[in-house]
Amino acid sequence: MIAISRQRPAAEPMGFFTDTTVCIGCKACEVACKNWNQLPATDGGVAEMSGDSYDNTRKLDGMHWRHVKFIEQFSAPYEGRWLLMSDVCKHCVQAGCLEVCPTGAIIRTEFDTVVIQSDTCNGCRACIAACPFGVIDINAVSGTAQKCTLCYDRLGVGLEPACSKACPTDSIQFGTVAELRARAQKRVTQLQAQGVNARLYGDDPNGPLGGLNAFFLLVDKPEVYGLPSNPQMPSSRLKKTSALSVAAAAVLGVLALVGIRKRRMDEQELIDV
Amino acid sequence: MSDTFFTASPHWTWYIILYFFVGGIAGGAYFLAAMLAWFGRPEDRPVIRTAYSLAFWGILISGALLTIDLGRPLRFWHMLIQSNNVPTPMFKSWSPMSFGSWAILLFGLCAGLSIVGAWWDEGRVKLVAARPFRSGTLLAKLIAGLGGALGFFVAGYTGILLTVTNRPIWADSPWLGALFLASAASTAAAALILLAPRRGASASSLAWLRAFDMRALVVELIILVVFVAWVWPIRQVWLGIWGLVLLVGVVGAGIMWPLQLHARGKVGVAPAGAWRNPAVMVLLGGLLLRVVILMASSGITHERVTALGR
Repeated sequence: MIAISRQRPAAEPMGFFTDTTVCIGCKACEVACKNWNQLPATDGGVAEMSGDSYDNTRKLDGMHWRHVKFIEQFSAPYEGRWLLMSDVCKHCVQAGCLEVCPTGAIIRTEFDTVVIQSDTCNGCRACIAACPFGVIDINAVSGTAQKCTLCYDRLGVGLEPACSKACPTDSIQFGTVAELRARAQKRVTQLQAQGVNARLYGDDPNGPLGGLNAFFLLVDKPEVYGLPSNPQMPSSRLKKTSALSVAAAAVLGVLALVGIRKRRMDEQELIDV
Repeated sequence: MSDTFFTASPHWTWYIILYFFVGGIAGGAYFLAAMLAWFGRPEDRPVIRTAYSLAFWGILISGALLTIDLGRPLRFWHMLIQSNNVPTPMFKSWSPMSFGSWAILLFGLCAGLSIVGAWWDEGRVKLVAARPFRSGTLLAKLIAGLGGALGFFVAGYTGILLTVTNRPIWADSPWLGALFLASAASTAAAALILLAPRRGASASSLAWLRAFDMRALVVELIILVVFVAWVWPIRQVWLGIWGLVLLVGVVGAGIMWPLQLHARGKVGVAPAGAWRNPAVMVLLGGLLLRVVILMASSGITHERVTALGR
């Protein structure tokens, strides 16, 4: 029986806390992810450089489940800073992808993570448009939608995910979400005491999407990192758009009936004349 | 910056554009047939039969387009049956795509039964089993009523499906469902105006279709104006080439021009030249509307928005 309900499992939620201030952009996480999950190279391995950045991965998609973003904030040569952030699926507590998936391929696991079952997915791509973070895309080899599973297979045998295991600076930390939130709060306090404009993104269980199981420590606005400030569930728009469509249908139905009635009356007038 | 700019495109392009167009005509045509079956007269039956044909073949083509657009087409049935729990139905009332899959299936069944009745009327089917579905029977009317509601759902849910995402333009306005519905109604009426005369449609039926088409075009224009006003705050990302196609192709050539032609034209007289034929122009406008809505959003990515300096 596949899980298609919105109820959350009772198991301890697991996730990532990514501290972007200690990321050095080594991309070990990207490599470990590709290696463990046997993700194919793009275009058969033909290297394609972005040409304007050290970031040649460019985005998360069906064949890149980890992506180290290189954000350059320079006003002049040697005047500025690099912001580095290892991006990944957020494993949202309220997941838009899981909500819209029409085949039941996307499930919530016992670790409170969100996983796409590749053997069930038929590649309709509804989840791609529903994800507020642009995480999911089609894997060209399987023809199905794919994204980070938070190494579901490794978690099942007590191992930590490949990316956090490989991270040399502990920018990516793995653990129970409750423990990670406490650790993140400590780190923010420490950085703020040093005068750094540090903030947490996605750690609030009462915030957008019920919080993110993979959350981040940022030193600038979320938009700078390519993250929406107020991510929404797709279904938040369902009632309003449905009501307007029903109203339009009613108007068109009445107009059709008005035409039929007018025709009858016009012909009656002709007969009377 | 809109939160929808941080999402990825689902690559819904030409197969889906064609599906939205053909499916809209199929659903809208069946809705008009249902109105005539319930409230029209026997002389409307050629139009009803034409509409049933449009609905039947249209929904078959729609199913084919949707299937070949899938990354794994042979798994199309996963939309309807839980693949790891056969034969338990797969249905999510809160997912427009799941709801729509069932609506297409049920609408296809209604269209199939109705076309059998239409073929009986025309003497193309002699099977006794087809007789209960012939025009005018209570069963045919009940099927028409159910199919009409499903048809209008199929015509409009596509817009709802786009809105219930996080993509730019689609999720930035709640009016897409209503817009696609009005467009489906106008394009269906236009298709019937073009095709029904070949099946012997009466001048009275065609006049009704033309009057309805004009009203549907006005409704479509009003909704389109409201929709554009709604997405105006993010105009920087769509106002270029797609804004031009929307203004010239959809509003100008596909709504205003056919409204004027309809008002001037005579019923049953086919004008010379496609661009002088209001029905042809309405169909062109309906297709372009879907091209603009789908393609304008497809090209928007966070990288592009950042590069534009927005």
